Amino acid sequence: MLPELSHEEIHRYSRHLLIPDVGLEGQQKLKAAAVLVIGTGGLGSPVALYLAAAGVGRIGLVDYDVVDFSNLQRQIIHGESRLGDLKVESARDRLKDINSEIQVDIYNEYFTSDNAFEIAEPYDLIIDGTDNYPTRYLVNDLCVLTGKPNVYGSIFRFDGQASVFFAEQGPCYRCLFPEPPPPGLVPSCAEGGVLGVLPGTIGSIQAAEALKLILGIGDSLIGRLLLYDALDMSFFTVKLKKNPDCKICGKNPEITELIDYEDFCGVPAHGHDAGSAGENWDITAEDLAVKIKEGGEIRLIDVREPHEQEISNLEGSELIPLGQFASRLSELDSAEEIVLYCKSGTRSTRALEILVSAGFKKAKNLKHGINAWAIAIDPSLPLY
Amino acid sequence: MPTLKIPTPLRPYADGQSALTAQGQNVSELLENTLEQFPHLKKHLYSEDNILRPFVNIFLGEENIKDLQGIETPLKEDDILLIIPSIAGG
Repeated sequence: MLPELSHEEIHRYSRHLLIPDVGLEGQQKLKAAAVLVIGTGGLGSPVALYLAAAGVGRIGLVDYDVVDFSNLQRQIIHGESRLGDLKVESARDRLKDINSEIQVDIYNEYFTSDNAFEIAEPYDLIIDGTDNYPTRYLVNDLCVLTGKPNVYGSIFRFDGQASVFFAEQGPCYRCLFPEPPPPGLVPSCAEGGVLGVLPGTIGSIQAAEALKLILGIGDSLIGRLLLYDALDMSFFTVKLKKNPDCKICGKNPEITELIDYEDFCGVPAHGHDAGSAGENWDITAEDLAVKIKEGGEIRLIDVREPHEQEISNLEGSELIPLGQFASRLSELDSAEEIVLYCKSGTRSTRALEILVSAGFKKAKNLKHGINAWAIAIDPSLPLY
Repeated sequence: MPTLKIPTPLRPYADGQSALTAQGQNVSELLENTLEQFPHLKKHLYSEDNILRPFVNIFLGEENIKDLQGIETPLKEDDILLIIPSIAGG
């Protein structure tokens, strides 16, 4: 039995009720539906806003973070008045402001193999709005094992991808990407950047797919991957097929329960210190400042991209972008004391790994990058 | 000549270029000929034993070459190969 709509709800959803494919019954289906949104960031913001406005009766929000100033460029569910607040609380309050009729459940915790089944249990479908590989594989495997559709979206700079991975009717995420790229190959949005409006486009597509699945209308993105390039302003769709050898949804699945996804992907999912190369390989901004003051001969290598030098820069440093690093090793001497830096320490840690594997023993990573220097040593530099 | 389109995350390894063109009767030859000048790009696409890495998906039009003839898939002059990267931002 679908829930009845009040007169107020009929008024609110009149533009839906006018569409023959939705109608009264469709709107009742939306009211009866429960959707879990993993991540209330760039993608989760528009997805949750549109699902709430559309009248999805129950929305779950999972996030562990607080609202940061650098989120506001794209995470449109949050505002300046909520800086420092829990993202799930900020998002819930915004959703309830849009639509007080709906139920919003919040989970202020990491989404992990330990809690994923329990959190996902009441929901009909799951929206993947996460920002890291371990959680993406976790969401996929959870959806395959529980038979729920995974409405997928992913973004980087000007590129977006969207699909619906639903193993009962088509391929899953692992059919396309059996394993993640090696750590450090694909930069995150925190390192590589993302156009603020891009998650708006991809998140809106995810919301549309979720609504279609609930309503049972149209052709979903099951078995198709939508590729969006905001620079070319082009959409392209490719066909995805189920991989009979897929380790979780293939004929002889090897994965029958949730695994350790951080171990599988070789990177931490959350709460990690990406800007540190480890105690023996880091130098803090404070220690570096002392060394420089004492006149130590240190070669400072900036592994960021050229355009980032216009934002902030350490005096006397030389630029070797990470992408060119391995091919320009001959410019460095293992007898020298070298300090590598980037924005927050992630890319310089990758560059340090290249140096160490080439036999350099005196190189260090500036822990947490030039941003740490800006905080501790030189407040005239901006944080970015 | 057929073209290999390079996705944004891999462009730093191809001197920032968005597409590479080279001779090639099939996917394998095109990859070999385009990647020759970009050893670091090659390292990202191929494993040490010279097999395409599992997270690398190459499409000819709408079709994954895995669903065609793999790297032996023949190419026509104006074919465009698309590398679909694994991205995780959200």
